Amino acid sequence: MLGYLIRRILQMLLALGVLSILLFAWLRLLPGGPVSALLGDRGTDEDRANLEAALGLDQPIYVQYLKFMGRIFHGEFGPSTGVRPGYDAMEIFLDRLPATIELSFLAMLIAVSLAIPLGYLAASKRGRLLDNGLIAVSLVGVAIPVFFLAFVLKYYFAVKLGVLPPSGRNSIGIEGTRVTGMFLLDGVLTGEWDVAWDAARHLILPALALATIPFAVIFRITRASVLEVLDEDYVRTARAKGLTSRVLRGRHVLRNALIPVVTTIGLQIGALLSGAVLTERVFNVRGLGQALALGFETRDYTVLQVLVMMAALIYIVVNLIVDLTYAFIDPRVRLG
Amino acid sequence: MGRPQSVPRRTAQAAGEPMLRVEDLSIKFVRRGQEPTIAVDSISFDVQAGQTVGLVGESGCGKSVTALAIMGLLPPRGNRVEGEIHFDGTDLLSLSDKQMRDRRGQELAMVFQDPLSSLNPVVPLGVQVCEVLERHKGMRHGAARRRSAELLDKVGVPDPTRRLDEYPHQLSGGMRQRALIAMALACEPRLLIADEPTTALDVTIQAQILALLKELVTESGTALVMITHDLGVVAGLCDQVNVLYGGRIVERADRFELFARPRHPYTNGLLASIPRLNSPRGQRLKPVPGSVADNIPWQVGCAFSPRCGAASELCRAEAPHLERDEGGAGHEIRCHHPVGRPSESADDARSAQDE
Ligand SMILES: Nc1ncnc2c1ncn2[C@@H]1O[C@H](COP(=O)(O)OP(=O)(O)O)[C@@H](O)[C@H]1O
Ligand SMILES: [Mg+2]
Repeated sequence: MLGYLIRRILQMLLALGVLSILLFAWLRLLPGGPVSALLGDRGTDEDRANLEAALGLDQPIYVQYLKFMGRIFHGEFGPSTGVRPGYDAMEIFLDRLPATIELSFLAMLIAVSLAIPLGYLAASKRGRLLDNGLIAVSLVGVAIPVFFLAFVLKYYFAVKLGVLPPSGRNSIGIEGTRVTGMFLLDGVLTGEWDVAWDAARHLILPALALATIPFAVIFRITRASVLEVLDEDYVRTARAKGLTSRVLRGRHVLRNALIPVVTTIGLQIGALLSGAVLTERVFNVRGLGQALALGFETRDYTVLQVLVMMAALIYIVVNLIVDLTYAFIDPRVRLG
Repeated sequence: MGRPQSVPRRTAQAAGEPMLRVEDLSIKFVRRGQEPTIAVDSISFDVQAGQTVGLVGESGCGKSVTALAIMGLLPPRGNRVEGEIHFDGTDLLSLSDKQMRDRRGQELAMVFQDPLSSLNPVVPLGVQVCEVLERHKGMRHGAARRRSAELLDKVGVPDPTRRLDEYPHQLSGGMRQRALIAMALACEPRLLIADEPTTALDVTIQAQILALLKELVTESGTALVMITHDLGVVAGLCDQVNVLYGGRIVERADRFELFARPRHPYTNGLLASIPRLNSPRGQRLKPVPGSVADNIPWQVGCAFSPRCGAASELCRAEAPHLERDEGGAGHEIRCHHPVGRPSESADDARSAQDE
């Protein structure tokens, strides 16, 4: 177990190392750059050269890379040039992280808590109207672009009906005590229920938009997996024991059917991060996705580099946790 | 106006009613746009309390489907079941799902063919034994665990207390089948159905499992329906034997009668195909030629006629009925041209069993 963990962590570091090099090169291959983003058409050639030198961009790329990595080992990630000029990239990451985690977590919670029961239900009503209806819904769920769905939700519920706020994370004047930076959680932790309620209302629409794709994917995997397990001999054995349907479903069907579902949930977390870029944009949520979009427009190399690498780190760690969970549910899996 | 849910044991037996009476059971599989498959065609047989009854026949003749119908485990849709299955005076086919669930595992139990796939891979063995006791005996966790260890010990699983926390993949095939037998017998059911319980196991293990089953049912007085394609299995075990072909019973007799005087050409062929321990190595067995797949429906004539050496025009034109054979007590047979004398191969088979 310990050996396994050490090996996984080494693999993780290697992957991050390779990613950091590729990313560093790719960012610099993008048309434009921080200097033209900052100066636009104004500025003389001399201004440009000065700015380039000030940002260290006049040096050979490998020198830039080594300096960047060297700084990291001293806990400094480099200043932002566009997203929030002057601030350290890690500071920006940490500032934006809570909003995205809160949104993604809620979206995943909605997706999982709907997809697993409905997937089970569809499988047990295989071929009936309900099953076909749910399959159709899930197909629509994967097919609709997140961006479009976000706009539709916003237009309908916020603009037209006006029952939910159209953007942001909180209403003006409702500022809670900061604990984690996740407004809903903070409101609950401090007992400021008006703050929690306000945050929840702001979260619903973006979380729904973000939840559709993971919902659809997890639903289909659950349905297929339950169908497969229902045909297994051990389910017949369990039936032959006369077990109650609660034990039969929970212990014998679901526990086996969830094994592939867990893997899927892990993989969907990657999709969630890219979905967050779009959703945060539409609902103007100041999270990582929005910072990434802004970093792109301003060619903020350092912020992009740090944000993407941190996202990759989160993704890798989540999937490590998924693999550990996997070994926990399925005793046949040996970590090693 | 419904019939009584369960007739007390004594009453049922006093009336001369067998414990299990399968009457005119027919099972059809229907699929939209397709001809229905007749898997079981009006079969009847009895099982007395404590008796061991064999259902024998080649693969596809309807043995498993019959067993599943008795257990109420046929798929919920896509099949039509007709006839009656009386257990202790109650027609099981008339019971609700809930009423069947109360009986399964408690009064009726079943052991399946493949022990490798019949245990839940992600649930500890102990839980899989305990759950039957908790469900039907109302045992608490601790008591159920102690009883489970006793049960595993009784079926010959070594170190049972430690095994309770192990998972199925940590056990050998033979051990898993023993564990499945322990689960089936946990509530001391009155009827156990064993569907080819040794087919998936090594030959040496097969004999051990059969001996174990025999010992357990004799000791507890549980009736056993033994399903097999191998008359050799039946030889040491069954009181009564029903030979099935194409979804119908073609011959029925008690064990000694059947081995001494097989009357149906199909039974005769099956007897000839029993491997003998004293046959020279590498000698080919003599299976019944042909396969069940090329049968003709009973509706047209005898389903066995395409494979039968004695078949005549009559056999192809008219299906024989299951009739009492004048010679043997209780011997029944469905054939226009029964075999006259005990065949040489049947004697061989019997001597093979005696060794
Ligand atoms: N679920 C099912 N759907 C359709 N046909 C089935 C089903 N189960 C069994 N059958 C058919 O019923 C017949 C008897 O099967 P079975 O009882 O499993 O034979 P066996 O004697 O080998 O146990 C076979 O022809 C099989 O194809
Ligand atoms: Mg079978």
